[in-house]
Amino acid sequence: MAISEPIIAAPAHRDQQLSRTWGQPPGFWGWFKNVHHTAIGIRYMVTSFIFFLLGGVLAGILRWQLARPENNAVGPDLYNQIFTVHGSTMIFLFAVPMMFQGFGVYLVPLICGARNIAFPRLNAFSYYIYLVGGLLLWGGLLLNTGADAGWFSYVPLSGPEFTAGKRSDIWAQMITFTEVSALAVAICIATTILRHRAPGMTLNRMPIILWEKLTIAIAVIFAMPAVMVVSSMLLMDRTINTQFFNPSVGGDVLLYQHLFWFFGHPEVYIIFLPGTAIISTLVPVFSRRHIFGYVPIVTSVVATGFLGFSVWVHHMFATGLPQMSESFFTAASLMIVIPTATQFYCWMATIWHGRLQFKLPMLWVFGFFFVFLIGGLSGVMLASVPLDWQVHDTFFIVAHFHYVLIGGALFPMFAGLYFWIPKFTGRMMDDHLGRIHFWLFFVGFNLTFFTMHFLGLRGMPRRVYTYTPEMHWGTLNLLSSVGVLFMTAGVLVFLVNFFRSKRYGKLAGADPWGAGTLEWATSSPPPAYNFLELPTVNGREALWDAEPNQPIVGGIREDIPEMLVTNSLDSEPQYKEEMPGPSIWPFLTSIAVSIAFIWSIFSPWGIAYGAIPVTIALIGWLWPRGKSPTPRYDNPRMEKSWNG
Amino acid sequence: MSAIFILAGLPGDHRVLQPAGPQGANIEWLYWVVFWILLVVYVLVVLGFTHAGKRAYTPARGILPIIKDRSGDRRAAWVVGIAVTLTVLTLFAVLFMTVITGKKVEGLTSKNPITIQVIGHQWWWEVIYPNSQPDQTVTTANEIHLPVGKPVVILTNSADVIHSFWAPNVNGKRDLLPGYSSAFWMQVDQPGTYHGQCAEFCGLQHAHMGFSIVAESEDQFRAWKEQQLKPAPEPSSPGAGHGREVFLTHACVMCHTIRGTDAGSRMGPDLTHLASRNMIAAETLPNTRGALAGWIIDPQRIKPGNHMAPNLLEPGDLEDLLTYLETLQ
Repeated sequence: MAISEPIIAAPAHRDQQLSRTWGQPPGFWGWFKNVHHTAIGIRYMVTSFIFFLLGGVLAGILRWQLARPENNAVGPDLYNQIFTVHGSTMIFLFAVPMMFQGFGVYLVPLICGARNIAFPRLNAFSYYIYLVGGLLLWGGLLLNTGADAGWFSYVPLSGPEFTAGKRSDIWAQMITFTEVSALAVAICIATTILRHRAPGMTLNRMPIILWEKLTIAIAVIFAMPAVMVVSSMLLMDRTINTQFFNPSVGGDVLLYQHLFWFFGHPEVYIIFLPGTAIISTLVPVFSRRHIFGYVPIVTSVVATGFLGFSVWVHHMFATGLPQMSESFFTAASLMIVIPTATQFYCWMATIWHGRLQFKLPMLWVFGFFFVFLIGGLSGVMLASVPLDWQVHDTFFIVAHFHYVLIGGALFPMFAGLYFWIPKFTGRMMDDHLGRIHFWLFFVGFNLTFFTMHFLGLRGMPRRVYTYTPEMHWGTLNLLSSVGVLFMTAGVLVFLVNFFRSKRYGKLAGADPWGAGTLEWATSSPPPAYNFLELPTVNGREALWDAEPNQPIVGGIREDIPEMLVTNSLDSEPQYKEEMPGPSIWPFLTSIAVSIAFIWSIFSPWGIAYGAIPVTIALIGWLWPRGKSPTPRYDNPRMEKSWNG
Repeated sequence: MSAIFILAGLPGDHRVLQPAGPQGANIEWLYWVVFWILLVVYVLVVLGFTHAGKRAYTPARGILPIIKDRSGDRRAAWVVGIAVTLTVLTLFAVLFMTVITGKKVEGLTSKNPITIQVIGHQWWWEVIYPNSQPDQTVTTANEIHLPVGKPVVILTNSADVIHSFWAPNVNGKRDLLPGYSSAFWMQVDQPGTYHGQCAEFCGLQHAHMGFSIVAESEDQFRAWKEQQLKPAPEPSSPGAGHGREVFLTHACVMCHTIRGTDAGSRMGPDLTHLASRNMIAAETLPNTRGALAGWIIDPQRIKPGNHMAPNLLEPGDLEDLLTYLETLQ
């Protein structure tokens, strides 16, 4: 608490000085020049939420078509496009950009006590690239060129022989766009966490959410290249007649699956770990105590990140690999239950020995416990090879991964949004509407997806656009479709709540929840420079553990955008760095890169000619402009603050 | 909970949990063991969170101060440690049962098995009973006959994209990968007809790519095979004779085989014994005169996107063609 007070009562002249230094340019072009992480983070969250709504509309159409046997709402061609774009949107355009990029870009620098993210221009570039990738996929769908080979676009179905036109090319290039974006953000976030933490926030005191973001960033750096390689190979097979995946000339269809799932399973944890990060952040706040089992939880998070890379074959059990190697992947897949179970027990112990304040975000946290657990446990079944042979590629799987992804990402996301929207907008969300939203969504979700377990066990395969009445799948499908109405109503209530709160919501103040991490040490929403006084940290929960006269960082220039660089382990101040300011070049570069990528769908020369504007844009971006005179290696001082 | 049992009682016997052979039964056993273990775990964890929540719940309007008391943590560490240990042991049990069941399911063998080759096509199944003598080889489509109580080895392959062979009552699924031939075993103990369906998304008509497994006694199976080995009978009536002419002079002959005639293309299903099958169009329609007529005239209305073109036949030609096809017992 101690350090939050002087920050809010900002001396007017310093506020003006810092606002000038860190402020972003106004106006139309200013929007494209903005490189501050709070602005980019909000853009990621808003854009990915819009994609979530669009993906939800597609899901509604799918359930409408399946509501009764031999329905004719959409034909097979459109149905295939819709389920492919639904899956691709939810994974590549919503889940990762929201959970990792959105929350990460906005929160990580604040939780680190920094004034901006590392490599802010790269960060801004990543957003535009992501946006173009999303528009490409959806533009394709609206022009009846929507990807239609499933969200993992297995070859040879997605290859040149079986998918004519540009549908699979658009999908493959959308992957490249979104993965370039995720890689860029991973680098920004990992660097921010490792080099820009407030003095005193040693690794051993790092909030769990930062551990998770770091683990995910590293997982992204290792996993994304695999999918970018595989989508590029697919694109080359389709445009310049390489034969990577053509079995008749020695290509290999299983190679695609190995590469795809080597990315695809870590991807699940890239989506799920941010969810647990939110849970590990919210549980202590609403239990009014430090988290129980910090070390086991951190170990579990890192272990999950590692083990996530050793389980990919469980997506391929039905391909007929030797039993011995399948058993190995069963063991690895079961092993990954251990860290998640450990985290569950630690959260339970934290609540048990705390004083539970059952506020709105906590309702969603409990929703997560009960819902995600079902998905986690059915995952144990899928790790078991013989059971997987039966339920693989059926609606049982559809049920399983919606429990995991909606349970493990969407419930925590809503918990996190109700928790942090007061920070983003400065106003509280309505508690009553939030609870209505929860119950509508909870009932609808379980109605829709629990029934799918039965459909799978009754032999209904995934991705069928219709089924005959003789299969007796009609009743269950109808129930499942009815659930969508409840979920839709829930999300509409959330939207109403959000727009109401933005106008009329109660003012939040700096810290409406009595939370412990540094983002609550500044006003809501944070000023352009994040913190007036740069904080130092004395414990795992910076605000709860602060001394009455907790020092602040001094000696950072305020007339230029300067940030403190600390070392990775002990967070000792090392030197100061002048951060790049607003620039139009990241936007222009993203346009140049987009031209090259999209052109390459139509002609391999797109890469060659497209490289010219990319080079020009990069020269503009990297053109040396000279640094403001700043001594680099003098140690900043830490000043004792006079409290009050 | 009761809702679950009502749902479980819905009609339909195309089910994982209604096994018709030893492999299906082994997997069903594993399913129920793992199911009950997981149900117990779920109930315990939910009770744990509910109890923790009730115990710690503190009604207050404002923000409560932070608890600095750590006296409970030692005991909590023990409880969490024991819980994690139990989790690990449970997972070991699941792993053990998985490997055992996997061995049982995969371990089905026989010295002299019946071999059936299944080749996936967009969107039908080519079924071949290979023999070293070509005239002893049976080729049919979408309907697999086998004797009960005998292990059968299925050789898989695909002519185009990836398909997946799955009859839930019999065994788990196996992908049919182009460029990879693999083999797996299955056995059916209960006589009857079992439905199967493609489980790997394979394009426009993935939904209509069914097959059936007809499990029958050894004698019935042998009789069926004898019948299938015969070439198509000569037309016995003038109508059927004209029907054969229609078949051989229209688009039909471009894709289909009727052994005993000049039709020998293998693009589409072998029709030599079409009339002996229960269903047509990969289990999409019953094999009746009306359904067959509808299929021949406009297959694109029934399975949009499939590889068979519409056939605009004169009404008389169509009638005779149907008469001929109905003789292909």
